[in-house]
Amino acid sequence: MTTHAAPTTPAIYGVMAEYETADALVAATKAAREAGYSHMDGYSPYAIGEVADELGFPRSEIGAIMFVGGLCGAVTGFLIQYYLNGIDYPLNIGGRPYFSWPMFIVITWELLVLTAAASGVIGLFALCGLPQPYHPVFNVPAFERASRDRFFLVIEATDPQYDAATTRTFLTGTNPLSIEEVPE
Amino acid sequence: MATATETTAEKRPQGPFTPHPDGLIGGNHTLDSIGHKIGGVVLSEQPTPNAWWAFFLLGLTLLGGLGVALAYLFYAGVGIWGINVPVAWGFAIVNFVWWIGIGHAGTLISAILLLLHQKWRTSINRFAEAMTIFAVACAGLFPLIHMGRPWLFYWLYPVPVNFAMWPQFRSPLTWDVFAVTTYFSVSLMFWFVGLVPDFAVLRDASKTRLQRFVYGNLALGWRGSAIHWRRYEKLYLLLAGLSTPLVFSVHTVVSFDFAVAIVPLWHATIFPPFFVSGAIFSGFAMVVWLAVPLRRVYGMGDLITDRHMELCGRVMLGTGLMVSYGYFCEVWMSFYSHSIYEWDTTMQRMWLGPYWWSYWALITTNTIIPQLLWFRKLRNNEWALFAIAGSAHIGMWFERYVIVITLSRDQLPSSWGQYAPTEWDWLTLLGSVGLFITLFCLFIRFLPMISITEMREFLPQLQGGRDGHSVMENAK
Repeated sequence: MTTHAAPTTPAIYGVMAEYETADALVAATKAAREAGYSHMDGYSPYAIGEVADELGFPRSEIGAIMFVGGLCGAVTGFLIQYYLNGIDYPLNIGGRPYFSWPMFIVITWELLVLTAAASGVIGLFALCGLPQPYHPVFNVPAFERASRDRFFLVIEATDPQYDAATTRTFLTGTNPLSIEEVPE
Repeated sequence: MATATETTAEKRPQGPFTPHPDGLIGGNHTLDSIGHKIGGVVLSEQPTPNAWWAFFLLGLTLLGGLGVALAYLFYAGVGIWGINVPVAWGFAIVNFVWWIGIGHAGTLISAILLLLHQKWRTSINRFAEAMTIFAVACAGLFPLIHMGRPWLFYWLYPVPVNFAMWPQFRSPLTWDVFAVTTYFSVSLMFWFVGLVPDFAVLRDASKTRLQRFVYGNLALGWRGSAIHWRRYEKLYLLLAGLSTPLVFSVHTVVSFDFAVAIVPLWHATIFPPFFVSGAIFSGFAMVVWLAVPLRRVYGMGDLITDRHMELCGRVMLGTGLMVSYGYFCEVWMSFYSHSIYEWDTTMQRMWLGPYWWSYWALITTNTIIPQLLWFRKLRNNEWALFAIAGSAHIGMWFERYVIVITLSRDQLPSSWGQYAPTEWDWLTLLGSVGLFITLFCLFIRFLPMISITEMREFLPQLQGGRDGHSVMENAK
């Protein structure tokens, strides 16, 4: 037995403000942080480090991931060469030692680079949750300019301080071009 | 739902703007116009130029030649080539080293110039990276088809299969496999990561459903979040930091293919730096060859400016001098070492042997003609630069030819031999050029040839950009 629920307005993801310049976005993010907002994100056509600073994300995790990835690749690469050429299928060439480690350095290095780079790329996409076919911000038609020439700040509905009316009023005070609600 | 509060918002000026102080970007661009200029080519905002079709058909024709050459090669075996003892590698290795050298400038531009804070890299890095990938693909073809039984190439990797044999990891040829594979993979990843924000630009500007579908999928849902940008910049910087020693190691390993062998004039410590500088020399020559048509056919002169061309000329002059130092050093070392084998081989190469002309062709095209780059007037003349770059292409090809042909004269006259390429050698070389042209034509038609995102960031502040690249100073 099914009952159809009455049509509801879509859940709200947050409020989006649109700015003309990068500096305006930085200023707005700073004002929002000082007003106590924490669940928010800035969107821009190119990287603006100051926005991430204001969002409280001073350092990315990519460096650590690539370090560990590269180390694993290098160690594995070195041990594989030693095992295969020194133990599993030893070749006696002019009585030279089986554990001829200097000859294994080149491939160790190449594998270090390969695994560090691969873990960095995979790490970037995994941490950013990409590929992500759907995200609520794309519901706002004006947002297509986020990849062109406009800068956006979204204060999310999950923010403890979020309130549809006051957040909107707050964003109006940051001189945006427009303010829109982002449906979920 | 939308509430426009247009009243007090800060407005950007609309131009005309003052010219860029370093002359690195012209044409009164704004964030929007950069997107239309570069993305418009891909999204068919302008019709495809006739010259594109001419180049593409030329590439396809030559690629067809490669198909014929390879079909006959696989049918008849490597005996159709001119290789024999003592010159057992011949064109296969000459072309391999030539192509992989050309590829190296792409990494130099995208990685090393980034680390050195050279802002002029920005408008040439994307197509130079594409050049790297396609050149490495052309290079990788040659050792593969030289194997005789190319379908067994996986024996080069430690694949656990039931014949229980493993590669000899102490051999430079095995190092080469790992170096080139890593180089290709890392270049491809670097290229793709750089393309993702541009795919998002194309997705949002697409005109048709097909474009939206294809670029939308490739963009992976990139939305330009500040958190994502921070991770992205760090990754970009670290990939540049890894690619820099990688590019040196790759051509060093390629030079080890020769230098580890105990052959006079091959067994030399000058080889790795000599090969690396030669690679960058030939790669910049190729950048010039690609930039001139992009400027002429697509009118990219306001993004790839005269200043860029002049700087490419300077890099060619500098690396050309390093290569020439290598030639001098080879002769000097064989003279000063008092090794009769080194000196005799040098004399055979320069004067007594049957291929003396190729040595002087090399010196003319790689050492003498590039000296013209000292003249600012010639560096600033696009076609003069184009001609000198052509000389470098020929010279760098001859450099590897001269090295490989050294084997025709050793210290035992009974083992002297001759080497002459056959028509199949030539067809394969031309065919690999066709493969490169075809891939590059497809690239400029379907992918943004210049990074839209980076060019926007590079715009002066008044024009909407950040007047530089935070990845150079501020990646965290």
